[in-house]
Amino acid sequence: MNDKVREFLADSVDVAVIGAGHAGCEASLAAARLGMKTIVLTMSLDSIAMMPCNPNIGGTAKGHLVREIDALGGEMALNIDKTMIQCKMLNRSKGPAVHSLRAQADKNKYHAEMKKVLENQKGLQVIQSEVTDLKINEDGSFNVITKLGAYYRAKAVIITTGTYLQGRIYIGELNYSSGPNGLEPSTELSESLMDLGIEMRKFKTGTPARIHSDSIDYEKMDVQTGDEEIIPFSFMTDEINIEQVPCYITYTTEKTHEIIRENLDRSPLYEGVIKSIGPRYCPSIEDKVVKFSDKDRHQLFVEPEGLDTKEMYIQGMSSSLPYEVQIPMYRSMIGMENAQIMRSAYAIEYDSIDPTQLKSSLELISIKNLFFAGQVNGSSGYEEAAAQGLIAGINVVLSLTGKEPLVLDRSEAYIGVLIDDLITKGTNEPYRMMTSRAEYRLLLRQDNADERLTQKGYDAGLVTEERYKKFIDKKEAIENEIDRLKGIKITPKAETNDLLEKAGSVPLSKALSLYELLKRVELRYENTYELDTDRPKLKKEIKDYVETVIKYEGYIAKQINQVEQFKKLENKKIPTDIDYDEIGSLRLEARQKLNKIRPDSIGQASRISGVSPSDINVLLIYLMTFRGMGTHR
Amino acid sequence: MNTDTIAAIATFLGNAGINIIRISGNNALDIAKKIFVKNGKNDLDLKPRYLHYGHIVDDNNKVIDEVLISYMKAPNTYTKENIIEINCHGGLISAKKILETVLLHDCRAAERGEFTKRAFLNGRIDLAQAEAVIDIINSKTDSSHEISVNHLEGRLSREINEIIEEILDLLANIEVNIDFPEYDEDEVTINKVKELSESLVNELDRLIKTADTGKIFKEGIKTVILGKPNVGKSSLMNFLLNENRAIVTEIPGTTRDTIEEYVNIKGVPLRIIDTAGIRDTDDKVEKIGVEKALSKVDEADLVIMVFDSSTDLEEDDEYIINYVKNKKVVYISNKTDLPRKLNLKKYENIEKELINISILKNQGLEEIINKVNQMFFEGSINISDELIINNVRHKNLLIKAKNSLKEVLNSINNQMTIDFIDIDLKQAMESLGLIVGKTVSDDLMDKIFNEFCIGK
Repeated sequence: MNDKVREFLADSVDVAVIGAGHAGCEASLAAARLGMKTIVLTMSLDSIAMMPCNPNIGGTAKGHLVREIDALGGEMALNIDKTMIQCKMLNRSKGPAVHSLRAQADKNKYHAEMKKVLENQKGLQVIQSEVTDLKINEDGSFNVITKLGAYYRAKAVIITTGTYLQGRIYIGELNYSSGPNGLEPSTELSESLMDLGIEMRKFKTGTPARIHSDSIDYEKMDVQTGDEEIIPFSFMTDEINIEQVPCYITYTTEKTHEIIRENLDRSPLYEGVIKSIGPRYCPSIEDKVVKFSDKDRHQLFVEPEGLDTKEMYIQGMSSSLPYEVQIPMYRSMIGMENAQIMRSAYAIEYDSIDPTQLKSSLELISIKNLFFAGQVNGSSGYEEAAAQGLIAGINVVLSLTGKEPLVLDRSEAYIGVLIDDLITKGTNEPYRMMTSRAEYRLLLRQDNADERLTQKGYDAGLVTEERYKKFIDKKEAIENEIDRLKGIKITPKAETNDLLEKAGSVPLSKALSLYELLKRVELRYENTYELDTDRPKLKKEIKDYVETVIKYEGYIAKQINQVEQFKKLENKKIPTDIDYDEIGSLRLEARQKLNKIRPDSIGQASRISGVSPSDINVLLIYLMTFRGMGTHR
Repeated sequence: MNTDTIAAIATFLGNAGINIIRISGNNALDIAKKIFVKNGKNDLDLKPRYLHYGHIVDDNNKVIDEVLISYMKAPNTYTKENIIEINCHGGLISAKKILETVLLHDCRAAERGEFTKRAFLNGRIDLAQAEAVIDIINSKTDSSHEISVNHLEGRLSREINEIIEEILDLLANIEVNIDFPEYDEDEVTINKVKELSESLVNELDRLIKTADTGKIFKEGIKTVILGKPNVGKSSLMNFLLNENRAIVTEIPGTTRDTIEEYVNIKGVPLRIIDTAGIRDTDDKVEKIGVEKALSKVDEADLVIMVFDSSTDLEEDDEYIINYVKNKKVVYISNKTDLPRKLNLKKYENIEKELINISILKNQGLEEIINKVNQMFFEGSINISDELIINNVRHKNLLIKAKNSLKEVLNSINNQMTIDFIDIDLKQAMESLGLIVGKTVSDDLMDKIFNEFCIGK
């Protein structure tokens, strides 16, 4: 297109990150913090860590991801702690494993704060320029070529392009090439990646309209406030004291549904103009009305986008209907009779890669030192993107320094479940994290993310000494308290039994440690103070943690047992140079799948669809033979 | 290496005076100590490499069989793991019962070829044997699963699928409540979980009981009753069924002309197939019946051929004699209450074995039963042990599912929140899924999205 632009070498770096969304920010920060000379290239400096859809961070399973990112030394939790305007712990009525933090973010502030962090990061250059081409040099390094003619020679590249590649926005009959939120799309890079032999496919997602706050009648809606006491996302944040802003709940009406039904033929989704697949957990309002036609109303959330704006996000109302239809549709909802749309709803189609082309390190199987992270891998959500970005950022450095990659397994982290699902099973819709996807939910709690991961983050070099010390202190405090409780003998004295009965419990017949006693459902750490008046003054998080460990000991032990079984197959590693075509006894389908996905372990191989138990047997025996011949490494 | 413990009947069932149940893995010794008693005492010190005499008891401490038990200590064993071998009496019942008892403890039924696989993986078998081992294991694993699912009786598989569906419905709703708490979907109440679990525990109990009497799975020596029309085949079948109250299911044949019944005669399980009379015919419908009958013969383990004592040998008889000549056959001559006209001079060996009966007068019938029993215990007819093993495995999975549901109720009693209850509910569903051969976790995700309106 711009053939006359002269290309010139602008800089040589260790790592180039393409894209500065949630994945790109974590990836570039991690790489730079681990000592790499890093650049991050973005279409626009004003869209760093932009939240083009919902204005919140966290939620079920996603909140867990944020905690894990934090435990490993990532940035997302710190940034939302700085910029939240409301926070809630979801699922409080349920068990500790599914408690999930969710915060409303001040979008502009979130962007601005993250931009500041990037700008102040030593070793990281932030550059606004569209990457149009990616070339591999003979020595295995890359030339990252930008629209301005400048190219950067990089030893490794992380691609975090989100929904920008070949982005196309759909609003009714109207459709045009565009990135999210009306930003410029990336029109050339996608083709360049295909030239490198990377398989691309189209995914779709959508966002609702933003409505001017003054045009909404909140009197007609239910108010949703945040928690009285905010629990921060980051293990480094001690407390958050802010004045919280409310959200609102409202509903569609029969009229809304009527408008939608009458105009279905104008929806590009129903007209078949959009052929790509959208996420099932994020259906457009058209989908909901058609699929759940028996529902006479749908619940919607009205959420502020920030403190310095009057834009309100209408969760539950994403749509690709024409603007002409959107206006009466939004106005037909309760309390929205005079709604002024500031930004219309739209659907967006974009190129993503088939993630089964990646290793568990998020490096491409076919090209060394080329990594992918975030929505371009077929995931959805800010948190999922950030988690992958962080892992790619850590692994790019481990790869360049010749070390083994950091791979978290399904029993260690939601991040592990996320990446394993993507690279092993692939996904045919934008992938959202859910707690139901985790087999060992009870172990992957948000309150123990640090216990699960901080040591690993420290070993990788990303966790600071300050964070590490804090973690060790907390761990010791927990262990000491558990030991202390085990050592306290409660005897069946009249006075003790009175106390127990007062607390709604049954009297003791023989002596018991306080630890054992606390297993009783009706007894809480807090209401046993009189049995244990010498107890140390501990932080709430420590008391809660200790209580969880005691109360659910049996269940936790059961899952640990399951994990041990799981680990056996995970620990059986498959040599990277294995030639599946050489193993005659494998069925053809299995051989093709194994060749494509190149699993790290027998465990991973067994999760590939199309690989049967007998194929796994064959593999096990083959590996034995292999090892027996002394070629096993 | 795999350290979970596996168990199986190591001998070929039915053809020997002794059966061996083998347990391999870390828990082998512990399990043996729990179920093996001598002079009324358990938890005995089992010295390795000795034969110990005693009894195996079930979970109610009732003696199942008198046994010799040996303990071989790792690593000098076939699998290089701890191995317990229980030598019990021959025949089906004792071995099966013992295996069932073993499986109630911390171990699982071995897959086909799994001892060999372990032997190999633990370095016990020579590398040169690798390819052969691969073939053995390869052919067994897939086929045995198929067999296991195919032999599930239709009604049972329907019932289990219904139970799975019920649990799945509930689970999907629970998962939605957990993963999308902010949406206005109905909350699953603890009461609802309790009600369902209680009713399912009862239902599973019923299924487990029927499994005991062999009423559930297609299990038995495939026995075809054959003969020209009107020799008394159906009466013979009725006799066999009436004499033995354990009749169970009636599976309508795919044509109206064959009927299958299950019966257990003195410990020998039979799957009896009554057929249309065989004769050369031009009648189209009858011809189909005849062809069907003959095709059943091809699959049969045992043929009971019936002659009519009151008529002489006819072409149709000879056709049948010829057709079944490579089969195990019990020859019977019925209607001995009438004057004998049957002449078997041409077939001396048949004449020698012929059992003369009169169903009408109830004469000689006991002899048929004795003959079948003798053939079974001599080992000249066999039942596929694959089926027996699968039945044990299925029953064990039913028990596991029931236990998981009991855990659910236990958690409810302890006032646990729904996400804890959900763990055992999932486990129950997975155990049942293994019986009907499906992975239910994928179904769960689909159900969540298809039946609940969630998402931003």
